[in-house]
Amino acid sequence: MAKEMLKGNVAIAEAAVRAGMEAYFGYPITPQTELLEHLSKRMVEEDRVFVQAESEVAAINMVYGAACTGKRVMTSSSSPGISLMQEGLSYIAGSYIPTVIVDVMRGGPGLGNILPSQGDYWQVTRMAGHGDYRPIVLAPASVQEAIDFTILAFDLAEKYRHIVVIAADGQIGQMMEPAELPVMRPPSTEVPHWALSGAKNRPPNVILSFNLNGADQEKVNIAIQERIALIKAKEQRWVEHYTEDADLLVVGYGTTGRIAFTAVETARENGLKVGLLRPQTLFPFPDDRISELTDNIKSCLVVEMNAGQMLDDVRLAVGGQVPVGYYGRMGGAVPMPEEILEAVEAEYAKLQGV
Amino acid sequence: MQEQFVFSGFGGQGVMFVGQLLAYAAMDNSFEVTWIPSYGPEMRGGTAHCTVVISDRPIGSPIVQNPKVAIAFNNPSFDKYVSVASELFVYNSSMVDSTCQRSDITALPVPATALADKLGSLKLANMVMLGALLTVHPVLSISAIRDALDIHIPSHHRNLLDLNYQALDVGMQHVMQVPLF
Amino acid sequence: MDIPMEIVYQRPESLTDTHTHYCPGCGHGIAHRLVAEALDELNMRERTILVAPVGCSVFAYDYFNVDGCVAAHGRAPAMATGMKRLLPDHIVLTYQGDGDLASIGIAEIMHAAARGEKITTIFVNNAIYGMTGGQMAPTTLPGQKTTSSPFGRNTDIAGYPIRMSEILAQLDGSVYVVRRSIHDVQNIRKTKKAILTALKVQEAGLGFSVVEILSNCPTNWGMTAEESLTWVEENMVPYYPLGDFKVRDDAKELV
Repeated sequence: MAKEMLKGNVAIAEAAVRAGMEAYFGYPITPQTELLEHLSKRMVEEDRVFVQAESEVAAINMVYGAACTGKRVMTSSSSPGISLMQEGLSYIAGSYIPTVIVDVMRGGPGLGNILPSQGDYWQVTRMAGHGDYRPIVLAPASVQEAIDFTILAFDLAEKYRHIVVIAADGQIGQMMEPAELPVMRPPSTEVPHWALSGAKNRPPNVILSFNLNGADQEKVNIAIQERIALIKAKEQRWVEHYTEDADLLVVGYGTTGRIAFTAVETARENGLKVGLLRPQTLFPFPDDRISELTDNIKSCLVVEMNAGQMLDDVRLAVGGQVPVGYYGRMGGAVPMPEEILEAVEAEYAKLQGV
Repeated sequence: MQEQFVFSGFGGQGVMFVGQLLAYAAMDNSFEVTWIPSYGPEMRGGTAHCTVVISDRPIGSPIVQNPKVAIAFNNPSFDKYVSVASELFVYNSSMVDSTCQRSDITALPVPATALADKLGSLKLANMVMLGALLTVHPVLSISAIRDALDIHIPSHHRNLLDLNYQALDVGMQHVMQVPLF
Repeated sequence: MDIPMEIVYQRPESLTDTHTHYCPGCGHGIAHRLVAEALDELNMRERTILVAPVGCSVFAYDYFNVDGCVAAHGRAPAMATGMKRLLPDHIVLTYQGDGDLASIGIAEIMHAAARGEKITTIFVNNAIYGMTGGQMAPTTLPGQKTTSSPFGRNTDIAGYPIRMSEILAQLDGSVYVVRRSIHDVQNIRKTKKAILTALKVQEAGLGFSVVEILSNCPTNWGMTAEESLTWVEENMVPYYPLGDFKVRDDAKELV
C-alpha cells in the first residue's frame, strides 16, 4: 500500500479497523477525539459495533463485556479518562480477557490541559488499577509505529490474554506523517474456548475476577504473574542508535524519544560519544538490554515529558553501576531538541570532569 | 537537507491547510515530512500555528526552537515568530503593522490579503504567501504544490482550484517584482 | 398396583444443582427460580449470558446454568451492552440489586435504557445493602433503620428513595418497564409473567426491558421471613406502587 499523510489518532483508528476490531466503545476527550470520530464512521461502514458511551467508566465496562465474547475490541481515551477506566481495567486483568486500550496522554494532574505529556507512565505501566498486574505498554514514536503497534497490540492481547495499552502522547495523536496502513484483515470467526457464547452442548463458561477463597485467589495471582514473567522474557522491544561506542546513553520513548534522537545526532556531529535507546515497550521495560549496555557506558540521561517516571525503571536496570541523570518537561510542555542537547552536553561534561 | 517551517495566523486564514499542502507536496516528492499543529481548546478565532519539517532523512523532532522559515499571517504571529526564524521570515504586510528590522535573515513582506482581495477572495491569502515563500526559498517547485493541490484539495473546494493556482502565481510574481531587503 | 406418576415440580434446567448462600427466607431464591423457569419455557438457556452484579447476587453466575460473568459494581448494563452488541442473537440479562442499579450504577442503567439496549434487567429491590451487612440503600424508605441510618433514614440528611421504574419508563429507549413483588403467591405468579414478557421483548429486538421486583431481606431488616414479607406489602408496596409503567405499543401483544 502507498504511503498517505495520516494523523496519529486517525492512523490508530484505521489500523484497528484493519486489525479486525469488531467493536469500539469510547467517550470524547481531547487530544484523542479524532480517533473516536474516525471510528464512528468506519465501524458503521464495516457493519461493526461503535458505541459512544456515557462515560469512560461505561466505555471500559462495555469493552469488558464485549471482550468476553472473544472478539477484538478496543477503547481509547486520554489521561483523565484513563483514570476513570482503572476500575474496569483491574476487572479485565483479573479475568484474563484480551483488551486493547489507547491512551493519548495529556498534561495533568487533574483536568490539566490538552497538550502532550507522558505523565501517565506510572499509571499505565504499574497497574492501571487495583491489585497485582501490569499491562503490556507500547509507546509509538511515529505515526507508522502507531499503526504497527495497534496491529501488534491486538496480537499480543490475544496471545497472552492480557491488557495492552498503546501509550501515545498528544503529539503523536495530533501529528501528521506519511505512513502505510496494512491491508484489511477480516475479523476472526473462531470463538476461543473461554468465551461467553451460550452454554450449548457444553458446561457454562464463567468469566469473573472474583474469588472469595484466599488460596484460590492467590492461584489466580500466581497465574497472572507467570504470564507477566513470560511477557518480560519474550516481549521487550526497543530501538537504539549510536550505542556501539557511547559513553553517555540517552533513554527516551515516544515523542521525547524522537526529539532526543535529533539532539543525539547533533551531539554526534559535535563529536560527543552519545547514544540513544528508545524503549518501544514501556512494559516489559527493556531492562536486559540497558543492563547489558551499562557495562560499556559511563552515564545515562533519561528524558521524559513528566517529572521522571521511567527514570525509576532505568535506575533499576542500571542497578547503580553508573549515574542516571534526568531532563524533563511537565504539564504539557514539550522539550525542544536544543534543550535536550544542552542537557546532554551538561551530562557529558561531567564525564570529562569539566 | 532539513527544512523547518512554522505557519502562524488566525484560525480561518488557512494556516493549517497551507502547512498540510506543503507537507503533501513533500510526501508526493518522496521527502520525509512531519506536520504538527498547535492545538487549543477554541474551535474558531484563536491564533493557530503548525510546524512542517521536510527532510531527505528520517525526521527526529517534529518541532524546533528556531525554524529556518517562519510565516506570519497576522500581528500576534509576527510578534511571536519574528525573532525565532533563523533564515527567512515571510509576513503578511496587509495585516501586520510592523516591519521586520532584522538584518541577519531574509525578510519578505507580502501584501497577501490585498493581493488575494484582487483575486476575489481573502481566503486565498495563504496561497499567495506560499507562492511567494517558495519563490524565495524553492524547497519544492510551484508545480509540485499545484499537483498536491489537485490531489488533496477538499472536494467541496474543488471549484476553487483554478483560483488557488492563480493565487500561487500572484505570490510568485509579487516576489519577482520587488527587491528583497 | 400402578400409581400414575407425573412430575409436577423440579429444578429448572437453567438452575444448577447448587446450595445457594442466600439467607433463609431471602427473596433472591424465588427471583432466581422465576428467571430460570422463564428461560426454560422460552427455550433460551443455551444462548443466554447472565451478567451478575456486585451485591448479594454476586454468586448468581454459580446458580444459573448459563454462560455468565460478574460485572464491576453497577456496571452490569455497560457490560451487557458490549456483549449484546456483538452477540445480537443471544439473550443478555443483567441481575442487579438496588445499591448496584440505583446508586453506583445509575448512570449505566439510565444510558443503557436510553440507548434502547436490547437487554433485560432483573432489578431486585429490597431497600438495603445486603452483602455488606445492611447499610442504607438509595431505595431505603424514609425512617427505615439500617446500620448506616441507625436513627432511621432522615430525609434532611440522606434525601429520598429513588423510584427507578418510574424514571426508566420516561426514557424513549425503554420498551417494557414494570414493578412486581414476591411477597405472596399471587404476586410471585405475576412476577413470573412479567419476566417472560421482558424476555420476549428482548427476543423480538424491541429495546430495553426491566422487571423491578420488590423483595425482602429478613436478616438485615431484623425480622422473621414471614414478618419481612408483610413488611414488603405494608411498607414497600405503598412507596413503590406495583404496576406497568411502560408497555410500548409494539410490546403489548407480548404481555
